[in-house]
Amino acid sequence: MKVLVPIKRVIDYNVKVRVKADNSNVDLANVKMAINPFCEIAVEEAVRLKEAGIATEVIAVSIGDKSCQEQLRTALALGADRAIQIETDEKLDALNIAKLLQKIVEEEQPQLVILGKQSIDSDNNQTGQMLAALTGMPQGTFASVVKVEGDKVNVTREVDSGLQTVSLNLPAIVTTDLRLNEPRYASLPNIMKAKRKPLVVKPAADFGVDLSPRSKLIKVVPPATRKAGIIVDGVDTLIEKLRNEAKVIS
Amino acid sequence: MSILVFAEHDNSTLKADTLKTVAAAQAIGGDIHILVAGSDCQSVAQEAAKVNGVSKVLVADNPAYQHQLAENISLLVTELAADYEHILATALTTGKNFMPRVAALLDVAQISDIIAVESSDTFVRPIYAGNAIATVQSLDSKKIITVRSTGFDPVGTDGSAEVVAIESVTDAGISTHVSDELSVSERPDLGAASIVISGGRGMQNGDNFKLLEGIADKLGAAIGASRAAVDAGFVPNDMQVGQTGKIVAPDLYIAVGISGAIQHLAGMKDSKIIVAINKDAEAPIFQVADYGIVGDLFDVLPELEGKL
Repeated sequence: MKVLVPIKRVIDYNVKVRVKADNSNVDLANVKMAINPFCEIAVEEAVRLKEAGIATEVIAVSIGDKSCQEQLRTALALGADRAIQIETDEKLDALNIAKLLQKIVEEEQPQLVILGKQSIDSDNNQTGQMLAALTGMPQGTFASVVKVEGDKVNVTREVDSGLQTVSLNLPAIVTTDLRLNEPRYASLPNIMKAKRKPLVVKPAADFGVDLSPRSKLIKVVPPATRKAGIIVDGVDTLIEKLRNEAKVIS
Repeated sequence: MSILVFAEHDNSTLKADTLKTVAAAQAIGGDIHILVAGSDCQSVAQEAAKVNGVSKVLVADNPAYQHQLAENISLLVTELAADYEHILATALTTGKNFMPRVAALLDVAQISDIIAVESSDTFVRPIYAGNAIATVQSLDSKKIITVRSTGFDPVGTDGSAEVVAIESVTDAGISTHVSDELSVSERPDLGAASIVISGGRGMQNGDNFKLLEGIADKLGAAIGASRAAVDAGFVPNDMQVGQTGKIVAPDLYIAVGISGAIQHLAGMKDSKIIVAINKDAEAPIFQVADYGIVGDLFDVLPELEGKL
């Protein structure tokens, strides 16, 4: 079966983002970018399904300007077979992203679509679920175990109270949580090989999807800063402060 | 203008987070209804009827909703959506799971994880792990919103709303529930606790989390963990506090052996008082802590437990 893995180029998770002085957005100029960590887990899971003989082909797709080809090459180096870039310079809402991905699903007819549960920039946690709704597929979000069994996939989900396992009819959508797997490092030969794997570029405008924005960013400000605290000299002082100064324990 | 609030519950009791989501609905302003979708969930409906500011409780009580599968719940909510301009759910795993599905079925965007309401169409939400705070205006006619409960104070519970049963049943028939593996704990829920004590990579292994238990028992605290501790396999993921785990804002948060990566700070920096215990005086956690102890947690924790 075919597995489709949509991925996103985001700020590297180690970089602390800064808000622009005019409060129009965050400043991403000259900031290190990377594949979104949850998307990397999604690629790894798809590649493992291929290695286990369950998946026959892994297709990575990303939506963005030319720079996202870098992350598609990363996915190819991790083991994806081919890549599709949907080219646009616009920053799209999750719903519009899902609508474009729906078109790719219609073209490619994958049995499984694996996405990251959220991107670490917009922190929306929406795209997988929206794609599931648009394609009429069931969804296994926040997955920590994925098992394909016949024409179904069993997904164990990380929920507030522990774990929940659901059985989904294929084709299905899965979104990844942290513990699903530990992504491999791409080896140098595989990075070289990835350069020769097919990467097709399709302009977003060609899909006939209305991509007009659904929301407007009014302003972006830095979070309120906490006032600097004090280092206390030991447990006795700590307890005294918590009791009498902060009054948070009795 | 009416607002529908999806109730968080386990088929027997209403989660306190719902009271905060109702507070967000009040900030938007309008006639507020609560939807209780579950199976054998009449006791939840009775509780929901007491929530202040709510005029009607809709109860969809059917086995199809027992496990709140996103495929079924989203069809139910979409069916009800015609009567509402705003639909709100708490940004916990249930709401996060089904709400984007509702939004897509209605062909509208979703505004996730709001922490404040500016007006009926403009909301404030953290982005980039809380390192930036965005004000976003929805351009859609219907607003699908998930609410981060740490942003709102709970409403009271001495109201009396009308309870109405919903008879129609929507079962998508494409997914089934297999099993639950619920964490059993005598301690308060992480999201609801007024004191949280969390361990990080400095705990060294899962066994050492026992050092936190005695203190948690004395303080009536919940126990959390950093992503590093979860990644290292010390404790299960449902204990994770952070950008991609649980977001907490207790009166007192004690971070033990946690360096303070931005992903962790995103989940706890709105706590009223933060205490950090770490042997590395340069650890970033001390920059957000009100009180810090620089020292070996294996010395500090037993002493703290003994003296509390």
